[in-house]
Amino acid sequence: MRISISEINQLISQEMLGDGSLISVLEEIQQRYRYLPREALILASERLDVPLSQAYAVATFYNAFSLKPKGKHCLQVCMGTACHVRGSPQVLNRIETTLGIAAGETTPDMLFTLETVNCLGACALGPIVVTDGEYSGQMTVQKSDMLLKRIMRTEEVKKDG
Amino acid sequence: MDRINSAADFDRLRTGLQSDYAPDHPWITVCGGTGCRVYGSEKVWNAFRDEITNKNMNATLTYDLKMTGCHGFCEKGPLVVIRPMGIMYTHVQVGDVPEIVAELANGRTVERLLYSDPKSGEIIEHEHDVSFYKHQQRLILNLNGILDPFRIDEYIALGGYTSLEKVLGSMSPEQVIAELKASGLRGRGGAGYPTGSKWEMCRKQPGEIKYVICNADEGDPGAYMDRSIMEGNPHRVLEGMTIGAYAIGADQGYVYIRNEYPLAVKHLRQAIKQAQEYGFLGTNILGSGFDFNVNIKLGSGAFVCGEETALMASIEGRVGEPRPRPPYPTTAGLWGKPTNINNVKSWASVPIIIERGADWYADIGTETSKGTMIFSVVGNINNTGLVEVPMGISLRELIYEIGGGIPHGNTFKAAQIGGPSGGCIPAQHLDTPIDYESLTALGAIMGSGGLVVADEDTCMVDFARYFMQFTQEESCGKCVPCRVGTKAMLETLKRICAGEGQLGDMDYLLELGEEVKRSSLCGLGQTAPNPVLSTIHYFRDEYEAHIVDKTCPAKVCKALITYSIIPENCTGCMVCLRNCPSDAITGTKQEVHVIDADLCTRCGMCISVCKFDAILVT
Repeated sequence: MRISISEINQLISQEMLGDGSLISVLEEIQQRYRYLPREALILASERLDVPLSQAYAVATFYNAFSLKPKGKHCLQVCMGTACHVRGSPQVLNRIETTLGIAAGETTPDMLFTLETVNCLGACALGPIVVTDGEYSGQMTVQKSDMLLKRIMRTEEVKKDG
Repeated sequence: MDRINSAADFDRLRTGLQSDYAPDHPWITVCGGTGCRVYGSEKVWNAFRDEITNKNMNATLTYDLKMTGCHGFCEKGPLVVIRPMGIMYTHVQVGDVPEIVAELANGRTVERLLYSDPKSGEIIEHEHDVSFYKHQQRLILNLNGILDPFRIDEYIALGGYTSLEKVLGSMSPEQVIAELKASGLRGRGGAGYPTGSKWEMCRKQPGEIKYVICNADEGDPGAYMDRSIMEGNPHRVLEGMTIGAYAIGADQGYVYIRNEYPLAVKHLRQAIKQAQEYGFLGTNILGSGFDFNVNIKLGSGAFVCGEETALMASIEGRVGEPRPRPPYPTTAGLWGKPTNINNVKSWASVPIIIERGADWYADIGTETSKGTMIFSVVGNINNTGLVEVPMGISLRELIYEIGGGIPHGNTFKAAQIGGPSGGCIPAQHLDTPIDYESLTALGAIMGSGGLVVADEDTCMVDFARYFMQFTQEESCGKCVPCRVGTKAMLETLKRICAGEGQLGDMDYLLELGEEVKRSSLCGLGQTAPNPVLSTIHYFRDEYEAHIVDKTCPAKVCKALITYSIIPENCTGCMVCLRNCPSDAITGTKQEVHVIDADLCTRCGMCISVCKFDAILVT
């Protein structure tokens, strides 16, 4: 994804330049690029007159921010308590093995990013896996295989077509 | 919409709206809570809309359609309730919609979609007769299945903002605080501090600028009632905050909400906009001269930000690290100004207390814990959902009458209350009344109301390890006892689960746990050892099995179990063999298969695919 300085400047709108807006600014940038590009972090610290060390501290403290680009598809496995007692560790394990990456990592082909989340609050459906914002409930090892296969197949089709 | 500038304006508006939203108006209500949406309730809503318009059913069918907030009975979603009768349909799919509409036009119900009581097998037509709802006392959640959260008009018609009008028109701030104190309301965020007293302290602080904050950083895994309240009835939270701001003397409020809750954020944003348009927020509210506004601040995924000093640091745009108290936020809070922080449920209780009166409210509950409490009953339980009950109800009633007991004929082992800060309550204490003091005495805490049911298949050592892993990851790292202590406790628990536990590990965990509790800076560290301490207290035998016998009685800890095939059950269908990711299963068609324990990674794939219960875990 191309990083545009003028676009980042636009994301940092005037009304955001008040006290305590660092997190809101970073949220905007994160939402646009799905990570915080180095240039954006530097620019945000300059525009907001906040030391870069503080911007970096905030960017690395909160789970919602990432300093690395994310893959095309984002898989989130809910690790909430209800999902845990219903078997989410097995599901996560299986996805990790299949993709060959650990939670928090992105596949080398930039196709998948695997993350864990702390409770999405849809506990009746646990274990839950969210793929690109779409929830799949009552997941099993088998269903997670099917889920991955489906995404991979559509990617294959796109590549061939 | 016109701005309301006086009590007379408000009365006129409300009277007008009451005829639009009469209690006997026929509605088809589709649950739009996050749980039901995952099950596909939006598609169901669309199907109803198409069915009604396409067939021009409106001519014969007088029902209007709406999507409400979370009904609470998440296990049975998507839920559809026909009002005013209260006919409840469960697991409704798009294909069921034409039949429901056709039968409704004929005054009949679709029996196969009605709730069937798992104990008696009886078919129950009405929502209020279902045992899940029958034993509840819904004060905060009462409008959740009724209101369209996007329509402020409906909230007003059903009595919304009358408490605010009462407060601004006829009560002094001191009278509001006295009413709150008399009600006995205690903070619903977990600590249980008396709300009225907190408000009083904040009011008495000198200074022109004060803030109120709604803590909606619902981080406890397994708790989602705050989200449901904000999704289903956001105006009640805003009304409560406005009343609180008036009592305290604040003119600015913040809602600090998790960004994992996009729907709640959306509903809250819309509610703020509508309240501003009517003048329930803004300057000169209802012509009273009182000014108040609310901003939303999104949390960025840090559990520690539920702690009030960390939360304020986060609103200020900094790293969410807590600081020592005192000074308490009521003295020096957000940007150093006196600040009153309450949980979503506490704020939502305020309009109810003002409307019904402190005496009425104080009659509900126990001597020291007044009113109702909302629990999210989740885990290994039949009726997963949100439950609002009077304080003092027994765990047994909550789990068996409302929760419907444990699925698959399994036995109850423990209820984990209070999330990563809480503890486990075992079967022998099922009859304990639930209130702040009793739970603390048993080693749990009320917390924000997460209640996770563990059954015989839950390993309590692994459960404790799970929570310790959670708090260790979420520890902000500022103070040593929490940063290093939780890590050391986690490593020990991991060793025990891996079959490398040593005699003395339990004593070490107990000693270290007490120390972390005593010396940590904030609530996160001060409560983090609770899940470990309470599981050692009640389930010492399970720890001993792991440490001494190197077995996991619940058959969860991978290093301590082996998978094998039960020859009598195996039909030789080859399904497990084909699906095994590590090629650990051998065999041929119609011959009993064999699992190679050395190759087996205990991933559970074979169990999930075997249709003949032929996989044995020992």
